Amino acid sequence: MVEKEHIIIESGDAVQPFAYSVGMHGSRFFAEIRDNKRFLGVKCPRCGKVYIPPRGVCGDCFVEMKEWVEVGPKGVIGTFTILRYAFIDPETGAQKPVPYGYGFIRFDGADTLFQHYINIEDETKIRVGARVEPVFARERKGSIRDIEYFKVID
Amino acid sequence: MAKRVAIVGTGQTFHKSHRPDVNGQELINEAVLRALQDADLKMKDIDAIVIGNMDHFEGINYVDCWSVDGSGGTMKPIIKLTTGGTTGCTVAIGGYHLVGSGMFDRVLIIGWEKNSESDTTGAITTAFDPIWDRLVFAGAISGLAAEAQAYMARYGASDRDGARVSVRDRKHAMNNPHAQLRKEVSLEEVLASPMLADPIHLLDVCPRTDGACAVIMASEDVAEKICPKPDWIWGTAARHSYSYLGDADYGRLTSMREGSQELWKKAGIKEPRKELDVVEMYQPYSFGGLIWIEDMGLVGPGEAPQYIWDGNTDMSGELPINPSGGVISCNPIGATGLIRCAEAAMQVMGKAEGRQVPDVNFAFSSGFGGCWWTDMILHGKNKPK
Repeated sequence: MVEKEHIIIESGDAVQPFAYSVGMHGSRFFAEIRDNKRFLGVKCPRCGKVYIPPRGVCGDCFVEMKEWVEVGPKGVIGTFTILRYAFIDPETGAQKPVPYGYGFIRFDGADTLFQHYINIEDETKIRVGARVEPVFARERKGSIRDIEYFKVID
Repeated sequence: MAKRVAIVGTGQTFHKSHRPDVNGQELINEAVLRALQDADLKMKDIDAIVIGNMDHFEGINYVDCWSVDGSGGTMKPIIKLTTGGTTGCTVAIGGYHLVGSGMFDRVLIIGWEKNSESDTTGAITTAFDPIWDRLVFAGAISGLAAEAQAYMARYGASDRDGARVSVRDRKHAMNNPHAQLRKEVSLEEVLASPMLADPIHLLDVCPRTDGACAVIMASEDVAEKICPKPDWIWGTAARHSYSYLGDADYGRLTSMREGSQELWKKAGIKEPRKELDVVEMYQPYSFGGLIWIEDMGLVGPGEAPQYIWDGNTDMSGELPINPSGGVISCNPIGATGLIRCAEAAMQVMGKAEGRQVPDVNFAFSSGFGGCWWTDMILHGKNKPK
């Protein structure tokens, strides 16, 4: 056997200096979850589609959206999967804990789907169309992690 | 002045899971030399080059610059196009535009990848939004699994229906010496393989591959002098449908639907199922072989499973799909879309050897990216009007 020598590129203790802007619409969305546990979408003035995550422009109509509408907090599973294979999370460099439920949640009143964890303690309940509600983090900081996961309430 | 465009030569490597014997430019060179040989051209005959891959798989940027010794790009016009999974099809569309513009007569198009050189799932994840997508997204398989769940819920399809597609593609790969995985599997073996992300089993999805592909396109002024029976490009289309992963219509591939309708309209095709003779689709997992042929309009919504079970897409069927064994058998990602293009061209030119479909008039090839964006090409035996 030929021994393989790998070239390892690592950051050591150094952080990777990415600093992403959430944007005006995302900032309001996260502030509203943090302060009031409410979900806000935006509605297109032309086609009426309600977008989650909120954003400034409806891509289909290419018009500016200004009307905020509250959606959820309950909704249904639009689609989902249960991740069972081990993989390295590029955000942390560590292996992501599996299995976990990956949900695409359709909030009541929204037309697009919101991605988050689904609690899979009882896998038999996880199906397309099942009703869900969010479980919020006790300490909320204004990020996607202010929601811990969604749970089936059927 | 706009010119009609034809493919006059193709070349590809013998794709493998690992090619530690070559670096990127050496791998690229293998495909380029085979394409030049196929077209009986020399590097001096090439007027421009389009090249692409998915940079972050290897963590090396600017392949247009560092690969020139292997690509033949030294002191020639060369441009890089990179669009994720669709890259291989995008470079072909870019080459088509360059030749069609009338500014270049002979363009060399290259797609390549060495997926063995890093972590594919991690790299794919970094193509998605850090705020909204990355918390739960786990590379291509996770998004594809969500599509399959939605399709099954909407139309009552089963994991057996998906497995039947995988059995087909893996059988077809037996006829293709370039495919990485050449081993027939049974329906039961697919269903018994490890569950990766419900409902996708290990044998429902593509492997990671090292490989390269090159295609030479020529304008109508020179094409038939290079190759008496070239593969004419009848049309191309590209569609993107969303910003965040939750925006898509899960269970339907709207980019495929709208792009293919554009192609059928351009070519005057009314019944694609009857008028196409072969399909080489960027179908990285089995369920895509059900859902996406419905979006192409080959069959109606929910009708694909029965159409597949009846053998219509097998080699001897009404419309053979993926005679090469497809992406499930081989996926060097930046090359994969261009391999589909090359395989479709070989079918039209009658050069597909053991995987040749008889009397091909129209062939379709596609690229698929990230999740839910699609590029595509319609190939034909006759010169477009």
